[in-house]
Amino acid sequence: MTDTVKSAPASRRQREKPKKSERARAETRLGWILAGPAFVIMLAVTAYPIGQAVFDSLYSFRLTAPDDRSFVFLDNYILLFTDWGFWRPFLVTVLITVVTVAVELVLGFALALVMHRALKSLRGLLRTAILVPYGIITVVSAFAWYYMFDINSGFVNNWFSWLPGISDELDWFSNFGTAVTVIMASEIWKTTPFIALLLLAGLAQVPDELVEAAKVDGATRWQQFYRVTVPNMKAAIMVAVLFRALDAFRIFDNVFIMTGGEANTEVLALLAYRQSISRLEIGLGSAVSVVLFACVLLICFVAIKLFKVDLASGTDAGGGKAKKGGKG
Amino acid sequence: MSVTTKTRLGWAIAAVLVLGYSLFPVVAIFANSFKTPGDLGNQRFWPTSWTLANYEMIFVGQAQELFLTALRNSIGITLIATFIAVVLATLCAYAIARLDFPGKRLVLGAALAVSIFPVISVVTPLFNVWRQIGLYDTWLGLIIPYLSLTLPISIWTLSAFFRQIPWDLELAAQVDGATQWQAFRKAIVPLAAPGVFTTAIIAFFIAWNDFVYGISLTSTEAARPVPAALAFFTGASQFEQPTGAISAAAIVVTIPVVVLVLLFQRQIVSGLTQGAVKG
Repeated sequence: MTDTVKSAPASRRQREKPKKSERARAETRLGWILAGPAFVIMLAVTAYPIGQAVFDSLYSFRLTAPDDRSFVFLDNYILLFTDWGFWRPFLVTVLITVVTVAVELVLGFALALVMHRALKSLRGLLRTAILVPYGIITVVSAFAWYYMFDINSGFVNNWFSWLPGISDELDWFSNFGTAVTVIMASEIWKTTPFIALLLLAGLAQVPDELVEAAKVDGATRWQQFYRVTVPNMKAAIMVAVLFRALDAFRIFDNVFIMTGGEANTEVLALLAYRQSISRLEIGLGSAVSVVLFACVLLICFVAIKLFKVDLASGTDAGGGKAKKGGKG
Repeated sequence: MSVTTKTRLGWAIAAVLVLGYSLFPVVAIFANSFKTPGDLGNQRFWPTSWTLANYEMIFVGQAQELFLTALRNSIGITLIATFIAVVLATLCAYAIARLDFPGKRLVLGAALAVSIFPVISVVTPLFNVWRQIGLYDTWLGLIIPYLSLTLPISIWTLSAFFRQIPWDLELAAQVDGATQWQAFRKAIVPLAAPGVFTTAIIAFFIAWNDFVYGISLTSTEAARPVPAALAFFTGASQFEQPTGAISAAAIVVTIPVVVLVLLFQRQIVSGLTQGAVKG
């Protein structure tokens, strides 16, 4: 792969040499003609609305009384940060993010190892099976898990009534601990395959000789895994964790379907939705949206600065390095 | 000998566990969709008597209008959003993979930033603007924001695919006497098509999955997609839960996913992993 990538710019460079500036200008123009529309649309549907949200969040503004719009500067944020009604969803969101990502990493590794080491004849079957949760609609997953645990129609209470704490009368969605457990179960089930596939790709990059060498040196299986395999696929692990953490922080569908925020399970995205779409409190809703966005940026920043996650490694590094090679 | 049999058995058990993990919730809701109202309250896994009543209800019965219009909306909006995203992303990724122009990293960076964007953060302003300019509760009003979901991953995946294409083939074909268009069509298109196709499947999954835009930017059956419509299902009477109808509808919208996965698992896996980890 690297060979072909490297040779393409190199050969073009040779062709371009005589009248470089004109060609370069034409190439720039063509590049922007081709990439421009996608670029503009992406900015239009994200950068513009988030700018608008920042603007709106500085106003007291209800859609039901559009004439009462007034500039309140940071009042909406002060209201949020001094209200348990904000901090509780915030903490619930953090809890869900931390727990689901941790469980998914372990479970994802297990799935990836099974797929990596499974007999050739089984690989296709396993990959097909694992893609079903990945492709399924989150709302469908939410309903599937909801009905499994539902006090009326669910079989879980019936099947597991021998476990302490579980009985026919247990309403999973009426208190926080059990409700959030089912919500996280659905989230984990649906999104672990994504982590597993990324880890599988990472596993494939670990040279077999390294593991073999460790084996020859007398390392146990666990040592081979923990000391050789994991360090050699650190980049893949970090990318998978970061992507999932960012995704988990935006959790909405599962909570909306299963509890609608009841039993104290409200999360930040649901709070934003309820404020702006249900209550038409655009000012306050926008403030929640902006805070949520800031949190996602912060997670990203911490990951990139502290843990040195190279998010662009998959898309850009290959080409970027090849380009540099071509130029230099 | 016995060691290999043991290992084989071990992997077989692991495989069964993976299968169970992946399919159990789907089978559970599948079983629900064939239950009678009585069975839906008996806390068993399988129906005691299988019935198609729930499917009748969503296709020809009283939930027909709610479900079928939503299904039409979902299919139409998702396919259009996927098509536009793939076309634009193909042009964009071609430029990124083949041309050297300033701003290339900017485009890739923007795709990355948009892909981590919390949808809920842009929904409030969009809700507000869409109401003012008449895009609220329309197909176009969903297609445009869906592009923010489908474009970034399409650009990523396709850039990764295109980087692996030996573009020199085009030149070689030209040297052999093909015109530029012939060279592109005969040498490059067959190599690029699988990547474009894979990207389309992944973009379809993502648009098909949307719930936040669907529930926030629609208010009637004019544009409401299935995931959002499921939240509006009601039972046959006030005292009846719509469990059966929702389960049946859930199975119907899962069929395209399962079919695509069965036919193209290899491509989907390579597309997903190439987009995120260098493959």
